[in-house]
Amino acid sequence: MVLSWKTGGILLGAVFFAAVLLVKPIGVSTQFVIFDGILWDAVSPDVVVTSETAKSGYASPNAYLNKSGGSYAKNVANPLNYSFVFVVAMIVGAGLSALLRGGVPAEERQMPAVWRENFGDAPWKRYLMSFFAGMIVLYGARLAGGCTSGHMMSGMMQTAVSGYIFAAGAFGAGIPIALLLFRKGNRS
Amino acid sequence: MTSLLLAIVLGAAFGVALDRVGATNPGYIIRMLNLTDLHLMKTILLAIGFSSVLMFVGLLSGIIDAGHLSVKDSYIGVFVGGILLGAGFAISGFCPGTGLTAAATGRKDAVFFVLGGLIGAALYMGSYAWVHSTGLLDKIVGGKATLGVIAGTDYPALFASLPGENTGIVVGIIFIAIAAVLPKRLLGK
Repeated sequence: MVLSWKTGGILLGAVFFAAVLLVKPIGVSTQFVIFDGILWDAVSPDVVVTSETAKSGYASPNAYLNKSGGSYAKNVANPLNYSFVFVVAMIVGAGLSALLRGGVPAEERQMPAVWRENFGDAPWKRYLMSFFAGMIVLYGARLAGGCTSGHMMSGMMQTAVSGYIFAAGAFGAGIPIALLLFRKGNRS
Repeated sequence: MTSLLLAIVLGAAFGVALDRVGATNPGYIIRMLNLTDLHLMKTILLAIGFSSVLMFVGLLSGIIDAGHLSVKDSYIGVFVGGILLGAGFAISGFCPGTGLTAAATGRKDAVFFVLGGLIGAALYMGSYAWVHSTGLLDKIVGGKATLGVIAGTDYPALFASLPGENTGIVVGIIFIAIAAVLPKRLLGK
């Protein structure tokens, strides 16, 4: 069973507080770029190079990896950094948590019930749309400079104006689109 | 080394929390957005409010180093990117963090989401120079702006006369109040 909103909210809030108390606010979506960079660098090693003039000590011919003094390039070259390990640990933590609560039922692993009620139970349709959604979500997150974790939760926690702007865009689009797509369904 | 240990502990705690509040279930996210189950909305609002109050009290009492804060730049692309993310969030019921954690719980649709996400992030890397040239990334409201003035930081304040810490505590309490008064659902039965 999921936690009540009170217990769950306190737990989630405590984690966000602990992160800023001990290290820095939580963020996730940058690590998709870092992982892409690691793969890209493995295929063509000149994607990240050491540089004496760059602030981070690393540079890249890719303008995005090279921005802010090559800070992304540095993390691609050194995956054992705080932010990347944080996301790997997050994945492991969620997997263990799911195991401890008995796992996700087989039919639910393909798609949630609310999708099934609206679009039928063909898995390929759900997988294709999830893939497409992943593309626009990560493109959008990188354009915005953060995602639900970094902008919405960490951002609004700090009263960052960018957090409110992001939330307005995300819910301003998300709610009407969900209302249009998912007209049927009271089951999660 | 300490920093990696903290990454492991905090990351794992975040993963467990996301799973336990139901955020790894895309059904809860879709039903939050189609307003038929606001459980996750109430949870998230409480989490933001609670962490915000703790953080600003921590800043005032000196237990939090203001250097730990990390405020992101404001620019038009934040809004445009938010719209794109919101669209994909609604279609799939996943965001970057919950997509990765949902995949870890065994959800196959989440694996496709993550693969698409890696392509989307790569497309952004490829188009960054062009996006930059459009002016979408030009800073507004002074860049890394917060609502009020936060001592120990050089973040520009949207309202220069507001003390940032007290503002943060009040805003945090408002978030908690909204979480409490929101009904379980606005639509459906």
